[in-house]
Amino acid sequence: MAKVRETKVPMPEQPPEERIKNFKEVPLGYTPEMAMEEAKRCLQCKPRKGKEFPPCVEGCPVNVNIPEFIKAIKEGRFDDAIKIIKDKNSLPAITGRVCPYENQCEGNCTLGKKHEPVGIGRLERFAADYERAKGFTIPEKPKPNGKKVAIIGSGPAGLTAAADLAKKGYDVTVFEALHEPGGVLVYGIPEFRLPKEIVRAEVEYIKALGVKILTDVVVGKTITLEELLNEYDAIFVSTGAGLPNFMNIPGENLNGIYSANEFLTRLNLMRAYQFPEYDTPIKVGNKVAVIGGGNVAMDCARWARRLGKEVYIVYRRTEAEMPARKEEIEHAKEEGIKFLLLTAPIRYIGDEKGWVKQMECIKFELGEPDASGRRRPVPIKGSEFIMDIDTVVVAIGQSPNPLVPQTTPKLKTTKWGTIEVDEELRTSVERVWAGGDIVRGDSTVILAMGDGRKASLSIDKYLSSPDRKWEFKGKAELKDKN
Amino acid sequence: MYRIVKKQDLAPTIKKFEIQAPLIAKKAKPGQFVVIRIDEKGERIPLTLVDASPERGTITIAALEAGKTTKKLNSMKEGDYIANIAGPLGNPAEIAHYGTVACVGGGVGIACIYPEVKAFKKAGNYVISILGARTKEGLILKEEIKEFSDELYVATDDGSEGFHGFVHLLLKKLIEEGKRFDLVVAVGPVPMMKAVAETTKPYGIKTIVSLNPIMVDGTGMCGCCRVEVGGKTKFACVDGPEFDAHQVDFDLLMARNRRFIEEERLALKKFEESCACGR
Repeated sequence: MAKVRETKVPMPEQPPEERIKNFKEVPLGYTPEMAMEEAKRCLQCKPRKGKEFPPCVEGCPVNVNIPEFIKAIKEGRFDDAIKIIKDKNSLPAITGRVCPYENQCEGNCTLGKKHEPVGIGRLERFAADYERAKGFTIPEKPKPNGKKVAIIGSGPAGLTAAADLAKKGYDVTVFEALHEPGGVLVYGIPEFRLPKEIVRAEVEYIKALGVKILTDVVVGKTITLEELLNEYDAIFVSTGAGLPNFMNIPGENLNGIYSANEFLTRLNLMRAYQFPEYDTPIKVGNKVAVIGGGNVAMDCARWARRLGKEVYIVYRRTEAEMPARKEEIEHAKEEGIKFLLLTAPIRYIGDEKGWVKQMECIKFELGEPDASGRRRPVPIKGSEFIMDIDTVVVAIGQSPNPLVPQTTPKLKTTKWGTIEVDEELRTSVERVWAGGDIVRGDSTVILAMGDGRKASLSIDKYLSSPDRKWEFKGKAELKDKN
Repeated sequence: MYRIVKKQDLAPTIKKFEIQAPLIAKKAKPGQFVVIRIDEKGERIPLTLVDASPERGTITIAALEAGKTTKKLNSMKEGDYIANIAGPLGNPAEIAHYGTVACVGGGVGIACIYPEVKAFKKAGNYVISILGARTKEGLILKEEIKEFSDELYVATDDGSEGFHGFVHLLLKKLIEEGKRFDLVVAVGPVPMMKAVAETTKPYGIKTIVSLNPIMVDGTGMCGCCRVEVGGKTKFACVDGPEFDAHQVDFDLLMARNRRFIEEERLALKKFEESCACGR
C-alpha cells in the first residue's frame, strides 16, 4: 500500500495582495482530481469500542456519514457523495465553508494524530459545489401528511429544520423578518467567505422541497407566536442572536462607531460595497479599529481591508485565547491586518462634528484562568495610551433577539435572554421548540443546524404520536455536540 | 410585493400612500412605524404609520422628499409595487386619558401626529392640535386633524397662515396665555422637537417625542438607531420610537442623522441625473 500523504492536498487560494482588492471568495475549491487525491488519505475508520459512529462522525453535530462520502469521492462517484451528505446535512455548500472543522470532524480524525487530518471540510465543499454546478437533484416529494409546522427565522437552524420536516411530508412555512432569507448567512457572513449566490442556491433547494418562505414578517410584531399556534401544529423558534453588545464606555455613540451587526448588514445584506449602484451607504475612514477576537471581528476586519483601509484588531487577551478559527486569523494576518493584543478601548474621543477621531486604550496582562478556562485579562495601571482612528467596529458578541420572548410572556427565558429548552429542544410553551442562537447565545452555524435537525426529530416524534403529550423537562445544558 | 392602492399629494414635496399590507394593517397602532425597501437595490428606511385600515387591509404612510429613496417613492404611482414592507415596528404610543393633550406636528411630522390626535381624542382627552410648516402649503391634513381636535392652531415660518414663527413659540404663547397641558406630544424635525422639549421643560409638562434616527433592519439587530435617553443608550427601533423629550440627547441625534449626508447627496444627484436622461 502506498504511503499516505502527510499533509492535505493544498487548496488553491486567491493570493492576499489580489484578494484584498476584490470581494470574491478566498479559497477556490478542489478540482475533481485534487478531491480524489485528498479522499485517498482517509483511513476509513470504524466506530471505536462503545461508540455508535467512527471518530469523525462522532465529531459532527449532524453526524454526516463522513467515511462513506469520502469513499465515494475517492471512487469518483460524486453524485453518491452528495447524496450521502445530504441525507444528514441540507446545506453542505455552506457548512463546507464555514464549519469549525478543526474542532469537530477533523479534530477527531485518526490521521490527524500523526499528520494533518483529512480535509473533510474541503471535500464536503467539493461535493456540494459539484452538485450545484450540475444542477440540484430534488428528492421525490413525500406524501403530504397534512400537518403544518411554522419556523421562525430562516437562518441555519430554521432552514435545516424546514428541510428535514419537508422531506418527511410536513407542510412547512418559514417566517423571516428581513427581506431576504438566510439569517446570519446573508447579513452576517461576508461575501468573500460565503458567496451570497451559494446561500441563494441552497435556499432555492429548500424551497424546491416544498418549503414556503415568507419574508417581511416580524414574528412578535406582524404576527404573534400565539396566533401562529392557532394555525400550526408545531412551531420552531430560531430567531438567532440578533442584538449587538456594546461596551458602554464613553463616546461609544459617536459617528463612525458601528456594531459588527450594522457594519456587516450594510455590507453583506444591503451591499453597501456597491454603493451608489445599491442605495445603502457605508462610511469607513482610513484607520479602522475592530474590537474583539472572534470570527465576526475577523470578518469585519477583512471587509474593512477590502475597502482599502488600514485595519487593527484590538483584543484584550492574546492570540491563543482568540475565539476565532485559526484559518480566519491566518487569513486576516496574510491580508495585512495588524493585531493589537492585550489591549482594549476605555473611551472614544470625538471631533467637533461628533465623529470619532481617537480612542483611549489600556493594556492588559494575563492572570488566572476564568470560568471559560481562558486566562483572565487584568488591566495594567498607568498603561493608558491614545490612538488615532476614524472608524470603530464593536465586535464583542451578540445577545439573543428579544422580540419573540418579549411578546410571548409564557415562554421561559434564562437571565441571558435565551429561551429555556430541554434536551429535545422543547420550550415551556406547548407545541413550541427552539434552537440555534436564541437558545445558545452566540454560537456557530453547524451547531444551529444540529439544533434544527434535533428539533425536527422531536417535532416529528410528537406530531406522529397518538396522544401528543407535552413534556417540558426543564432546562437542559446543551452540549457543543448534539 | 405591496401594491399602492391610492396616492395623494399633500404638499408639493409630500405624498401620502395607501398600500395593501393586510398583516400589518391588522396590528398597526398609533406611534408605530414600518421599514420599507422600494426595490431590489433599495435601502431600508423607516416611515411612521399615518393610518391603517384592517377592513381594507391597507396602511397609510407619508413621505417628504429628502433623499433618493423618498424622491423615488414619491414618484411611484397607484398600482405600482413596493418590494418590501416590514412592521408594525416599535412600541405603540401610550394612549390614555391624560386630560388636555397638545399634539404638535411639524412638517411631514404633521402626518405622523394625525393617528395620535385621533387616538387621544378617542381616549377622552381634550385635544389641542398645533401644526407648523414653512409655508401654508406645508400645513398638510389640516381638515382631517381638525375633525378630531377640540382646538387647532397653526404656525408658518413665513407667516403665510396663522402664527408667524416656529411652532414651539406658538406653544409657548399658548402656555403663557394660560392654557394648561397635561401632556405634549411632538413629532417633526429634530430641531423642532428639541425646541418643544426646551419650551415645556420649565413648566414641568410631560412631553413625548417620536425619534427618527437612521435605521437598517428596524428589529433591534443592528444598533444603527441608537439614541441617548437619560444618559443611557437606547435602540429607537425596539425601545422607542417615543421617548420622554426631557431626557433625549437631541444634539447627538442630529449629529448621528448627518452620518451619511455626503453619500445621500451623491445618491440623490445620480438619481436626478438618471431621471433626466430617462425623460
